[in-house]
This record gives sequence, C-alpha cells and structure tokens, in this order.
Amino acid sequence: MTELLVAFLVSTVAAATPLLLAATGELVAEKAGVLNLGVEGMMLAGAIAGFATANETGVTTLGVLAALLAGTALALLFAVVSLTLQANQTATGLALTIFGRGFSALLGAGYVGIPAPTLPKLHIPLLSDIPILGPVVFGHDILVYLSFAILGAVAWCFRSTHLGLILRAVGDSHDAAHALGYAVLPIRYAAVAFGGALAGLAGAYMSLAYTPLWAQDMTAGRGWVAVALVTFAAWRPFWLLIGAWFFGALMYLSLYVQALGVAVPSALLSALPYIGTVVVLVLISRDRRLIRLHRPAMLGRPFQARA
Amino acid sequence: MLVRNESIAPGPLLAMTGMTKQYPGCLANDQVSLTVERNQIHALLGENGAGKSTLVKMIYGVVKPDAGEIVWEGQKVTVPNPGAAQRLGIGMVFQHFSLFEALTVTENIALGLATAKERVGLRGRILQISTEYGLPLDPDRVVHDLSVGERQRIEIVRCLLQNPKLLIMDEPTSVLTPSEVQKLFVTLRRLASEGCSILYISHKLEEVRALCSAATIMRLGRNVARCAPAEKTVKELAEIMINMDLHRPTPRPPVASTAPPRLVVDRLTIRSHNQFGTDLKDISLSIAGGEILGIAGIAGNGQSELMDALSGEISAGKPESVLIDGVAAGHMGPADRRRIRGCFVPEERNGHGAVTTMSLADNAFLSGYLRGALVRFGVIDKKRTFVFAENIIRRFDVRTTGPKAEARSLSGGNLQKFLVGREVLQDPSVLVINQPTWGVDAGAALAIHEAIMALAQGGAAVMIISQDLDEIFVLADRIAVIAGGRVSEPVATRYATVESIGRLMGGTSVIADSSAEMAHALSDAR
Ligand SMILES: Nc1ncnc2c1ncn2[C@@H]1O[C@H](COP(=O)(O)OP(=O)(O)OP(=O)(O)O)[C@@H](O)[C@H]1O
Ligand SMILES: [Mg+2]
Repeated sequence: MTELLVAFLVSTVAAATPLLLAATGELVAEKAGVLNLGVEGMMLAGAIAGFATANETGVTTLGVLAALLAGTALALLFAVVSLTLQANQTATGLALTIFGRGFSALLGAGYVGIPAPTLPKLHIPLLSDIPILGPVVFGHDILVYLSFAILGAVAWCFRSTHLGLILRAVGDSHDAAHALGYAVLPIRYAAVAFGGALAGLAGAYMSLAYTPLWAQDMTAGRGWVAVALVTFAAWRPFWLLIGAWFFGALMYLSLYVQALGVAVPSALLSALPYIGTVVVLVLISRDRRLIRLHRPAMLGRPFQARA
Repeated sequence: MLVRNESIAPGPLLAMTGMTKQYPGCLANDQVSLTVERNQIHALLGENGAGKSTLVKMIYGVVKPDAGEIVWEGQKVTVPNPGAAQRLGIGMVFQHFSLFEALTVTENIALGLATAKERVGLRGRILQISTEYGLPLDPDRVVHDLSVGERQRIEIVRCLLQNPKLLIMDEPTSVLTPSEVQKLFVTLRRLASEGCSILYISHKLEEVRALCSAATIMRLGRNVARCAPAEKTVKELAEIMINMDLHRPTPRPPVASTAPPRLVVDRLTIRSHNQFGTDLKDISLSIAGGEILGIAGIAGNGQSELMDALSGEISAGKPESVLIDGVAAGHMGPADRRRIRGCFVPEERNGHGAVTTMSLADNAFLSGYLRGALVRFGVIDKKRTFVFAENIIRRFDVRTTGPKAEARSLSGGNLQKFLVGREVLQDPSVLVINQPTWGVDAGAALAIHEAIMALAQGGAAVMIISQDLDEIFVLADRIAVIAGGRVSEPVATRYATVESIGRLMGGTSVIADSSAEMAHALSDAR
C-alpha cells in the first residue's frame, strides 16, 4: 500500500512538471498580453534539441541548455511575426505549433528508439532515504525543483516587484502603458522569450527525464493543456500548480486503471486527465469578477504606437 | 557693449511654433503656436475638435508632429515619447484616462513614477496628497470598480506626485463636483506659485476666467486669438471660440400636472454588482411625459448603479421596480427596454457608450437597429444604417469625415454629441442620460440641451444624471439628489437653490460655499 502511494505521488509530481513549466511560461507571456498558442511546438523543439544534444555530447546539462535555446528561438520567431509584423497571434501560434511538430519530427528521424543519458535524480544522503517522504520530496531531478522555484519567483514577481507590475500593466492596457512611457514591444518580446525558454525546458524534461527517449509528437498535447491551464486557472500562479498536479494525478490513475485491466475503453481513459483537468478548473474559476480582475485585457491584441 | 546673459533673463518655459498634424482626412493642427510662461496658468480653449488634445499630445510625445518646433526652457527639443516628456519635467492628465483597470490605485500611480526611490512609501504619500488637496482616494481599490470622477482623481494625484515643471490638464474638471473643482483650483494656484506652469484645457469658461492668466484660443486647427480671459466675459470667450452668437435655451412651458407618468421607479433596491459600489436603497421616482428630472450628486453615490438598473445592464430586482409606460421592465435587458422605447446614454463614452474601434455607422446600428428598423430578414440594412448615422452627424453637428470614421478618431466632445444624438433620434418615450455634456463645448452643450428639451416638449420623460449643477438648473423641471444610494424627494427647480441642493449632495458647508461661489459666477456670466 505504501509503495503504491509513493509511486502515485512521485509520478504525479513527475507528470505535472512539464505542464507546470510550460504553463508558467505561457502565463508570463499572456500576462503581458500575448497569446502564444505555439507552446506545443516549442515543447517539441525543446524535446528534440535537448535529446539530440545530450545524445551527441553525452552531457545532459548541455541538452537542457540546448532545449532552452531552441524554445527561445521559436518564441522569438513568433514575436517577430506577431508583435513586430503584427500578424494575428492566434494564427501565428497555430503555425508555430505546426512548424515545431514538423521540424522536430524531421530532426528527430535519426534518433527514434535510441536511449540517451537521463537527467539524474537527486540523492541527498539521509533525507532521500526517509521512507515515503524521502522519495516523494527529495527524490526528483533538478528540473522538478526548478519548476517550483520558477513558479514561486514568477508569482512573487507579479505580486511584489515593479517589473511584474509593468508586465501586468502592459497586458491590461498597452496604450496606457505606452502613454506613461513604457516600451511595450520590448517588454512583450522579453515575456514571449521567457515563455519559449520554459516551454523548451518542459520539452527537455519530457525527452531527458520523464520518458528518456525521442518519439515523434512525444509531448502528446501537453502544450495545449498548458495553454488551457493558464486560462482556467484564471491567470493565478498558485492555481497553475493545483491544475498541473491534478492532471498528473489523473494521468497516473488512468494508467493504473488501464493496467488493472478494468473494462473501460482505453481511449476514454487516456482522455481522462485532459478532460478532467479542464472541467475541474472551469468549475473553480467561474466567477466573472475574478476573471475580469486577472485576465489581461489586451490578450491577443496587436499594439501599434499611434503616430 | 551689450552683455547677453540668458540665464538671468530666462525666456518662456515652453514655446511652440508651426505645429502641424495631418490625420487622414483631417488637418487637426495647422501651423499652431503656443507660448507658456513660467509660473503661468495658461488656458487652451477651442470648440470640440479644434485640435487642443492633438496639440498637447504632441507636447507630451504621444503624437508625432508632421512639422513644427518645440523650444523648452530655451532649448530646441524633440519629444519622441512620453518618457522623454517626463524627463523634461512635463506631466499630463489625459482627457480619456490612461489607467489600468485591473490594477489598484497605488499600482497605477507607481507605474507613473520613474525611479524606485520615488516609489518608497508611496501608499502613505498618496493618502497624504489626496487628503491635503481634497481628492479622496482609497489606495487599495481596483480601478475597475471606480467611478469616472474617482478615476480622474487618480490621474491628478499621479501627476502631482511627479513634481512637474509643466502640468498639462486636458479637461480635468469635467466630471468633478463644484467643491472638488474649488479644491483643485487651490492646488493649481499653489503649484503655480511654487514654480510649476499649468496648461489647462477646459470647456468651462467660468473656471478659465477664475483660474487662468492667459489663454490661447483655437478654431478648426488654427490659432485664432490670445487674450487674458479675466478681461473678457464668458459670452465673449465662447463667441471667439465658436465664431457665432450664443443664446440661452428658450424655457419650456411648465408641464401639465395631469400628465401621466411614463417612467416610474418603485422602491428600487439593489445590491451593487461591484464590491465597492454603492447599493441602491428604496428609490422611488416618477417622471411624467414632457418632464425633465435632474439627479444631482457627487460621483460614486450610486449614479452608475442607478443608470445600470434603469438601462437594464443589471436587473432591477423585481419586474415592477421599473415601469416604462406602464410596462414592468425591471427584468428586461437593454434591447427589450429599447423595444418599448426606453433609450439610454451611459457615462463613459469610450468602450461603454461606443465601441471605439468600430465605425460610426456600426455604432449607430448597435443601439438603433430595433427602433430604426435597420435589420431586414436578419441582414443589416447598410443603406438605412448609413442614412441613420449621417442623420445624427448632420443634426448634431458632429465634426467627422463621415459615417465610416472610426469612433476613436472623433474628438471627445464630438463623440459625445454623436452618442446623445443616436439615442435622441430614436424617438424615445423615456430617455435617461448620465452626464449629457461631459467634455462638450459651449455651442455643442447648447445644441444637446436644446435637443433634450425638444424631446421633452414632444412628450418624452427625461432623466438627467449630472454632477454639473448648472446644467441641471438649466434643464430640469424638478431636481432630486442622490447620496449614499438614496434619492431625495424631488423639488421643483424654481423652489430649489444651488445652496439647498449642494447641502443635500454632501451635507458639508464647503460644498454650500463653493456652490454659492459658482452660482455667483454663473449669474455674472449671464
Ligand atoms: N487618430 C485620429 N485619426 C483621425 N482623426 C483624428 C484622430 N485623432 C483626432 N482626430 C481629429 O482631429 C481633430 C482634432 O481632435 P482633438 O481631439 O485634438 O480635438 P479637441 O480640440 O481636443 O476636441 P474636444 O474638446 O472635443 O476634446 C478632430 O476633428 C478629430 O476628429
Ligand atoms: Mg480633447
């Protein structure tokens, strides 16, 4: 029983991590008023860049770094097209996802089925050996802890720093921010790039830690869940965490039930985490006033300084 | 030998010449010049669409001039963006506020301060300045929940915190109450004596005469005069501005006491839908056909809730709480109320009264499609919509390039004329207007007042919600006061005095005093 519980908790946290990373990045971009639907594509780019680099060099850290750069590069591409050239953000984001999927499949063709070095799990003497608590709290790899740290930093930044305030302001009214002398486009570029970097990291986690292999489309729609999470968590960082964990838990349960051989269609079981997370978060955040207060009013709208 | 020493004899603070700005289809500024001396309170006057806002936006770096020279403290400068303006020492209160709805008052103000040092202890300083200058503000409230008057206070406090050398105010008092205006003037005079020049745009000529030592007057994008406002009467100033005679609206005959009520509000009690709003408590009113009822009151006392409950943006609780021509309308939405000939003009014109990125024709359609029969078999009748919009533009003298112009390209006053015209021309039997002449020039205000009176003359019941007592006294047959979500028993205008209404509005002597002053100024003006 204890073993089952530990397995459940550990795999919940693990399954939640890529979502959490990608959703945190998307949250920052959206808070600045940019809707980037290319998360899935950026994750895949990060996954293959990380996997290939780790495979060629044998150094996982370099892999993680490459994933980060790949995600950022794609995000900057998105920024140029949608912010500077002011193409429609929804369409550009969709195009980015399609591009990321195709491009990663092309690059990854030679890597299918090869094992790569895996991101090591942390092992702290004594602490990691505590029963239950040890593996659940102290037994993950570095990206898991990093994802918590980044989420905490982003939440703190939004609430208590001037930088966070500026970011929210740009997302709430870019004209007013411009009138006050803030450089709207550079701020949005930075937010989008940050989002891309985190999506890249999320991809690296998938291919170097979660399932240390490369397979085409291996993110399996997690990028989309991350985008949905941001909306349904009503742009509140803490609820991203809840949503991601909830998704992770459902993921484990559906696999577990499948393994038990219960007579439920497996397609339904695989869909369960996706549907369940969205339904629950919708129920949590139905309050209109809450959404009005947290939703960036400029989301998806192009900015042009009026001459 | 001639010794030139420029530092001893400084020139004007700001001198602009040849400022020109061309918008598509509209030359908004044509070779405009403007000089503001140090320590001067300088008025910029002109009718709606004269180009005042455009000119000051060029000073503040929001709009890029096509031609022209700006000399600041003797140096030729360019102001590429608002940040540069702030570094020069220029602060601005915008006509249409540049606030962040989802942020708190403190956060909004913090965004306007350049350095971290200025932001230390900000909350306390906001409280201090707002009490010192009589601009009450709660630093922790979210702007979304605030009234227009309250929002304006934020902008003013934000500028005051920056210690500017030149403070530009684009119609800062259009939504303030008389007592707030008096307090603001004390502040502005003090600032001027402390070495800050003020460039002041207003359509309220009494204010300008009382406050400003010099004035530049514009018409159709050009300079037409420079003068000392105190040496001219209000009438003379207005006539230079609009280049025509200004008369008072002709008084209407009194309403027959037997006229049946058309708008009845019966024990209307609702909780405000926003956390910091004012709940409406037991409001009962009745307006007869042909009658105009004025609702006076200080911003934030329930005006917006009353407006929303009457227009159907929020439900009025019980269906019988609002009766339009005897029909219980309390549960109806705005479209259904329009169907039974109730029309409404909300307070905020940008984003509430009009969709700013849509054309005037589309905006006319959005409100007028039912009463104007602009839909045929589920399809928009483009031609009729166009004619309807053109009609509004012509009848209300809206200065614009035509029905295809985007709503946001209109100057503030012109958009207001369009929105009032849109509802008046739907031939309503009940019309409720919140702040009918906010930011409208003297000529246009007269036109709007006359349209409202003509509508009442034709048998409609009209309710005017306004903070402008002058306007209420000119228009209303009876006056009621809204305070703390309650509405007082209406009194006939001929028995009311500015003092008695002022007392009901706030109950403080300050208001009575300043209102008396206003009344004095008004009787002077006529
Ligand atoms: N972005 C724009 N595009 C096109 N035309 C514009 C734009 N902004 C302003 N205009 C036009 O320029 C003219 C001057 O406008 P401006 O806002 O400066 O007037 P104003 O003097 O401030 O009037 P008000 O007293 O009504 O505020 C108006 O005719 C207006 O329609
Ligand atoms: Mg203006």
